[in-house]
Amino acid sequence: MSLTRVSAIFMRQIFLFRGNPVRLVSIFLWLVIDVIQWGFISKYLGSFGQATFNFVTVILGAIILWEFMARVQQGIMMAFLEDIWTQNFINFFASPLKIREYLCGLVMTSVTTSLAAFLIMVAIAGAAFGYDVLKIGLFLLPSMVILLIFGIGMGIFVSGVVFRLGPSAEWLGWPIPLVLSLFAGVYYPISALPGPLRAFAKLVPPSYVFQSLRTVLASGSFPLHLAPDLLVGALLSMLYLVGASYFFSAIYRRNLKSGSIARFNAEAL
Amino acid sequence: MKENGALKITNLTKEYGAVRAVDNISFHVNAGEVVGLLGPNGAGKTTTINMVLGILEPTGGSIRVLDLELAGHRSEVSREVNFAAVYAHMPANLTVMQNLRVFGMLYEVKALKERIESLLREFDLEEFAGTKAGLLSSGELSRLNLAKAVINRPRLLLLDEPTASLDPNISSLIRERIKEYAKRTEAGILWTSHNMSEIEAVCDRVLFLSHGRILLEGDPRSLAADYGKKDLEDLFIAVAREPLRLME
Repeated sequence: MSLTRVSAIFMRQIFLFRGNPVRLVSIFLWLVIDVIQWGFISKYLGSFGQATFNFVTVILGAIILWEFMARVQQGIMMAFLEDIWTQNFINFFASPLKIREYLCGLVMTSVTTSLAAFLIMVAIAGAAFGYDVLKIGLFLLPSMVILLIFGIGMGIFVSGVVFRLGPSAEWLGWPIPLVLSLFAGVYYPISALPGPLRAFAKLVPPSYVFQSLRTVLASGSFPLHLAPDLLVGALLSMLYLVGASYFFSAIYRRNLKSGSIARFNAEAL
Repeated sequence: MKENGALKITNLTKEYGAVRAVDNISFHVNAGEVVGLLGPNGAGKTTTINMVLGILEPTGGSIRVLDLELAGHRSEVSREVNFAAVYAHMPANLTVMQNLRVFGMLYEVKALKERIESLLREFDLEEFAGTKAGLLSSGELSRLNLAKAVINRPRLLLLDEPTASLDPNISSLIRERIKEYAKRTEAGILWTSHNMSEIEAVCDRVLFLSHGRILLEGDPRSLAADYGKKDLEDLFIAVAREPLRLME
C-alpha cells in the first residue's frame, strides 16, 4: 500500500473542490437545510409540553448522526462517479495504482468532507436550537465509529454496483440512506416496526446506535449494558465493509476480463 | 538499440465469447526501438495495448516487461510503463499542473516539482500550467498527454494514435519529442497510427495486424516493396482488404 498513491486520489478530489467551490454546496447546503428543517420540527414537537424528553436532543441529534453516515456513503459514491464522468479509469488503472489504494483514496476524501459536514451541522444546531452534542458524552465516539464504518461499506458497495451495471445505475445509490433509515430507528424506535421488519432492522448496524441513543438520552448516562449492542453493531458494520470491499474487488477483476475498464462510459455495460 | 527486451509477448490471446480479438500473437520490442503496430480498425491493436497496460486480462499467453511477468507483478511493471492514447482522457476539470501532480504521485516520481517544471518546458506547456485540461486545444491536450506519458521516465512507452486529429505541425513536433525521448532514454516504444508516412519516419520496425493476427513484420522502409506494393499505405490497404491473398 503506497500512501503517496492514496494521497494522489485524495488530492485529485481536493483539487476539484479548489477549482470549483460550488461543489461544496452539494456537500454542505442540503445538510444545513436538513438541520434547520428538523430543528424547527423538533422545536415544534417540544412545544406540546407533555414531552418527557428534549426533542431537539433526540430527533435533531439522531438526524445529525444519520446525515453524517449518509454523507460518508454518498461522498465515496460521488468521488467514484467523478472518475466515471471524467473517464479517468484507463489513466488511473494503467498506473501502478492498486484497487485498495484507489478505494482508500475515495474513503479518505469522503471521511474528510463528512467530518467537516458533521462539525458544521453540530455548530448550526447548537447556535440555532441549543443542541449540545456532548450531552450524549462518551456514547458519541462508538456511535460515530459504527456509522462511519457502515457508511464506508455502503459507499463501496454502491460504487461496486455502479462499476458493474454502469453509470446509469447511480440512481440506486442516492435513495439507500432513505430506505435504510426506515429500519435504523432514526425517526422512531425499532419497536414501532411490525415483527418481520423488526427482525430485518437487527441486520442494520445503525439500528443499534439509534436504539442505544434513546436509552442514553433517557437515562442521562451511558449504561454498560448497551456495550454488547454496540459491539454487535460494530461487528456487523465491519462485516459489511469487508463484504463490500470483496464485492468491489470482484467487480474490478470481472471488468478486467471483460474489458469494461478500458471502455467504461455511460450506458456501455 | 539494445537486444534486451523492453517488451516480450508470447502467444497472446484475447477472446470475447466466440470472438478472438487477439489470436495467439508473439512479438517483442527492444530497448530503444520504436515498433509500429499497424492494422485496420478492429485488428486488435488497442486490445493488445490494453493487455500490456494491465487493464485487460488476456485469455492466454504471456506478457513480459523488462523481464518481469505482468501477471502477478502489475504494480511493479506499471512503474516502468506509461502510455498516451486519444481515447484515454486526462481529468478535464483539473489544470495542467494539477494533472501532472496527481499522475506524478500515482507513479511516485521523485523530485516531482522539478520534474513537472521540466516537462512543462519540454512540451511547451508553461503558459497553460494553470489552465484546466478541458479548455486546452487538441494539440495542447496531446502535449499534456505526452508529458503525463513520460512523467515516470518509462522504459516502455505505448502510444495509441498519439497524433490522431492533430495538424501536421503539431504532429511533427510530437514525433520529434518522442524520437528524442527514445534515443535519450533507450525506452522501447510501441506505436499505433493510421498515418503511414509518420510510421515510415518514426518506426524501426512494423507489425501488421489483421483479425487479431500478425500478418507481416519488417522494416517500414522496405516492407511495401517486399510485397510488391508501391508504399506502406498501399500495403496497409491490401492488409485491410485482402489479408488472405497477402499471406499466400
